[in-house]
Amino acid sequence: MLAVHELSAHYGPVRAVDHVSLEVSAGSVTAVLGANGAGKTSLLRTITGLIPASAGRVIFEGEDITRRPVEEIVRRGLAHVPEGRGVIAELSVDENLRLGGLWRGRDAAPRKEIYELFPRLHDRRTQLASRLSGGERQMLSIGRALMGRPRALLLDEPSLGLAPLLVAQIMAMIRRLADTLDLAVLLVEQNARSALSVANRGVVLNLGRVVADEESHRLAADEGLRHAYLGF
Amino acid sequence: MTKFIDLTLSGISDGAIYAAVALALVLIWRATRIVNFAQGAMLMITTFIAYAVIGAGASYVVGFLAALLSGLALGAVTERVLIRRVEHAPPLNAVIVTLGLYTVLVAVAGMIWGNTPKSFPAAFSLRGYTVGGTTLLFTPNDTFIVLVVIAVALGLAAMFRFTSLGLQMRAAAFAPEVARLLGVRVGRMFTVGWALAAVAGAIAGVLVAPSVFLGPNSFDPILIGGFVAAVLGGLDSPPGAVIGGLLLGLALSYVSGYEGSALVPLAALAILVLVLMIRPSGLFSAAQERRV
Amino acid sequence: MSAPAIPRAVRERTLLRSLSLVIVGGLLIALITGALSSYRNLQLAYGGYYFAALAGLTVLAGLSGQISLGHGALMAVGAYTSGLLIGNEGWALVPALVAAAGVSAIIGIPLGLAASRLRGPYLAGATLAFAVGLPALADKFPSTFGGENGLTINPSMPPSWLGSNFALERWEAWIACACALIVLFVLYNLVHSGVGRSLRAVRDDEIAASLCGLHVGRNQTVAFVVSAACAGLGGGVFTVVNQLAAPGSFQVQLSLYLLAGVVIGGLGSLVGAIWGAALLVFLPNWTTDLANSFSLSTNVSHNLPLAIYGVVLIAAMLLWPSGIQGGFRSLGSWLWHRRGRRSRSPGAPADRPSAAS
Ligand SMILES: Nc1ncnc2c1ncn2[C@@H]1O[C@H](COP(=O)(O)OP(=O)(O)OP(=O)(O)O)[C@@H](O)[C@H]1O
Ligand SMILES: [Mg+2]
Repeated sequence: MLAVHELSAHYGPVRAVDHVSLEVSAGSVTAVLGANGAGKTSLLRTITGLIPASAGRVIFEGEDITRRPVEEIVRRGLAHVPEGRGVIAELSVDENLRLGGLWRGRDAAPRKEIYELFPRLHDRRTQLASRLSGGERQMLSIGRALMGRPRALLLDEPSLGLAPLLVAQIMAMIRRLADTLDLAVLLVEQNARSALSVANRGVVLNLGRVVADEESHRLAADEGLRHAYLGF
Repeated sequence: MTKFIDLTLSGISDGAIYAAVALALVLIWRATRIVNFAQGAMLMITTFIAYAVIGAGASYVVGFLAALLSGLALGAVTERVLIRRVEHAPPLNAVIVTLGLYTVLVAVAGMIWGNTPKSFPAAFSLRGYTVGGTTLLFTPNDTFIVLVVIAVALGLAAMFRFTSLGLQMRAAAFAPEVARLLGVRVGRMFTVGWALAAVAGAIAGVLVAPSVFLGPNSFDPILIGGFVAAVLGGLDSPPGAVIGGLLLGLALSYVSGYEGSALVPLAALAILVLVLMIRPSGLFSAAQERRV
Repeated sequence: MSAPAIPRAVRERTLLRSLSLVIVGGLLIALITGALSSYRNLQLAYGGYYFAALAGLTVLAGLSGQISLGHGALMAVGAYTSGLLIGNEGWALVPALVAAAGVSAIIGIPLGLAASRLRGPYLAGATLAFAVGLPALADKFPSTFGGENGLTINPSMPPSWLGSNFALERWEAWIACACALIVLFVLYNLVHSGVGRSLRAVRDDEIAASLCGLHVGRNQTVAFVVSAACAGLGGGVFTVVNQLAAPGSFQVQLSLYLLAGVVIGGLGSLVGAIWGAALLVFLPNWTTDLANSFSLSTNVSHNLPLAIYGVVLIAAMLLWPSGIQGGFRSLGSWLWHRRGRRSRSPGAPADRPSAAS
C-alpha cells in the first residue's frame, strides 16, 4: 500500500531522514516512535513532499510518488494530519471540514459522517476553529483528513497535549478507522505505549535512522529498546 | 453648505474607486503577501485597452468587458511569469519586481498611446443631479460608479464566503502549507487571486477614467489612494479596504475641495503616516500586530 | 546605549581610508576632466549628481533593507532649494548646496521617522506617495516655484584663479564630483560607524537587535535622513549643472530610474552606485541613438529608456539580484577559488557546497 525505500532528506547540511525504509499495508497501523528530534515529523513531511527527498523512493498503491507536488500526492488519497493539528484557525469548523473533501468532489465523505464520528464538532460547526480546545482541534484535523476518503493516513502526534482519557479514545478510534475503512495508517507518536497498543508494527527512529522495525508486541516487550528510545 | 454636500458626495464616489483598488491590493496581499505596486499601471493598461476597443467602434459595454478580460489575463500572467519566482525571495525583491512591472507598463502605454492624456467616455451623464434648483456635482455616472463598486465588493464577499473556490482561496492565503495537505492547488489559487485583483482594478480604471483622463501616469494618485485605503483597513481585510476607501475618499475630497487637488497625494501620505504611527495594523484589522 | 562602540583604532582607520580615497579620487578627476571634451565633462557632472542620490539610496537599502521611492522627490527638494537661493536670493554656490542638503534632510526627518516604523512595502508605498505628490506643489505655488516652467538660474562661473579659459563644463564636473566625493566620504563612514553596524544587525534580526538594546528606530531615522541629505545635495547640483529646476525632471519616473540604478549596481554597494550613475547617464543617449537609427516614432523613443529600466529591474531581480557589483564580486571570488584550488592539489575533488536540496 505505502512503501518507503531508503528515503533521505536534509535541512541544509543536517540529515533529518537517513535511508529510512518501511511499509504499511491496508488496514494496518504502523507506529513511528523516537525521541524529540529523531526525524519523525521530517519523515512524514518527506513522504507527502513538503520536504524534497534527497534520495530514495516513496511508493503508494504501486506508483512512485517521490518528488511529486504535495497536492497531487494528497489527491491520490494519501492524507497527512500535520504536527500541531494544523486546523485553519481563520475558518469555521464546517469550512475546515468542507475543505478536506473538496478535491474529491462528489465522492467526498458526507460531513454528517464525520459529525457522527465526532459529535462535539457538530455542536461547534459554525464557530471559528480558533475557538476549539486542543482535543477538538485534533478531532477536526483527523475528521478533515477523512473527508477526502483517503486510502492512507499519516498522523503526526495526534496525542500531543491531550488528557490521558482522550488519548486512549483517539488511539482506539485510529484502530477502528484502520479496520473499518481499510486504511493504511502511519502513526507518529511520542506516547509509545499507547501507540504500540493499537499498532500492528512499530518503527523506532533515532537521528533519522531506523533502529528497530518489529511487530508491536515484540517491540513493547524489548526491554533494551524501551529503555534506550521509548522511555517506558 | 452646498459645497460641503458636494464634497461629501464626490468623496463617496472617489472613495468607491479607492475601495476597488484597495480591494485589488488586499486580494493580492492576502494571496501572496506582496503589495502590487504595478496595480495602478495594470489598470491603466486595461483601461487603454477598453479605450482602444471603444475607439475601434465597439460599444461601451464591449469596451468594459475587454478591460475585464484583459485584466484577468494580465493578472494571471503576471503571477505565473513574474511573481511566482520571487514569492520565496526577500520581500524587497517582490517590491522591486512589481515596481519594474509598473515601469514597463507605463513605458509601453507611452509607446503605444503617447503621453498626452486622452478623454474616456462615461457610462452615464456627467451632468450633476438637480435638487431643488441647485445642481449638485454628483452625477448619474457617480451613482453608477458607487453601485458597481458595491456590486464588486458584495460579489467578492459572496465568492469568498459561499463558493468552494473562495474557501480554497482563503485556505491558501491563511495557511498555504495546510491547504496543500488538503489537496488545494495553492499555486493556482494565487494565480486566481492575482487575476481577480486585476479584474477589480480594471473595473476601477474604466470607472474613474472619464474624470481623470487617460494617460500612462494618470492613475498613480489612484494607486496611492488605494494603497492608503488598504493600509487603513489593515491590508488584510476586504471589508476594511472598502471602509478605508470610503473614509479616505471623503477626507481627500475635503482636502481637494478646500485646499486644491494638488495637495491630495500629500494629504494621503500624511494620513498614511499618521495611521501607521498610531495603529500599524490598520484601523479595522483583526490582527493584533503587524508581523515584524 | 545607542550603538555598539567602535574601537578608536578602527574608527581612525576607516576615516583615514575614506579620506585617502576622496583625495585620490579628487586628484584623478581634476586631471581627467582636463582631457575630456566639454560634452564628456557635462556627462561626468550628470553622473556626479546621480551618484549622490544613488549612493544615499543604496546605502539605505543595504543597511536597513528598505527602499525609498522618495529619493527623486528629495532631489527635487534640493534642486528647488538651491534654485531659489541662488536665483532669487543671490546665495553663493557652496552655502546654497549645503542648504539644499540641509532642507532635504529636514524634509527627510518625518519620512525617516515613518521609515523607522515601517517595514518593507509600507515604506515603499509611503515614499511613492511622496514622489507622486511632491511635484504637484510646483503648480500649487506657481509664484514661488515657477509652475510648470520651474526656476532658472544663471550658470555658476568658474572662479577666476582657474584661468580665463577654464571650461564651464569642466567646472561643473568639478562641482558635481566634489559633491559626489563628499557623499562617498560621509556614507562610507556611516556604513562603518556604530550606526551602520547596528543597522545591519537590525536588518538581519530586528528582534534580537532590539533585545541587545540597539536603538533600532533612531538609527533607522538617522540613516534615512543622511540618505535624504545626499539626494538633496544631488538635487542641488542638478540645478547648478542644468541651470534649471522644473517639475518635469522630478516626476515619479525619476525615482524609478534611481531604483533601477541602485538595483543594477547592486543593492547596498557604494561602488555599485557608480555603475548605476553611469547607466542613468548613458542609457538615454544609447536609446536615442537606437531610436534614431531605427527611425522609431517619438512616442517609442521617449519611452524606450523607461521600458529598459523596467525590464532591468525585473530581470535583475529574477536572474541576478546582486547586481553588477555583486556579479564582479562573485566573479572575483570564483577566480580566487580557482587559483586557490589549483595551487592546493590538482586532483582534489571540487569542494562543492555540501549536498543539499
Ligand atoms: N525546518 C528545519 N530546519 C532545520 N532543521 C530542522 C527543521 N525541522 C527539523 N529540523 C531538525 O531535523 C531533525 C528532525 O526533526 P523532526 O522535527 O523531524 O523531529 P521529530 O522526531 O518530529 O521531533 P519531535 O518529537 O520533537 O516532534 C531535528 O534535529 C531538527 O532539529
Ligand atoms: Mg515531530
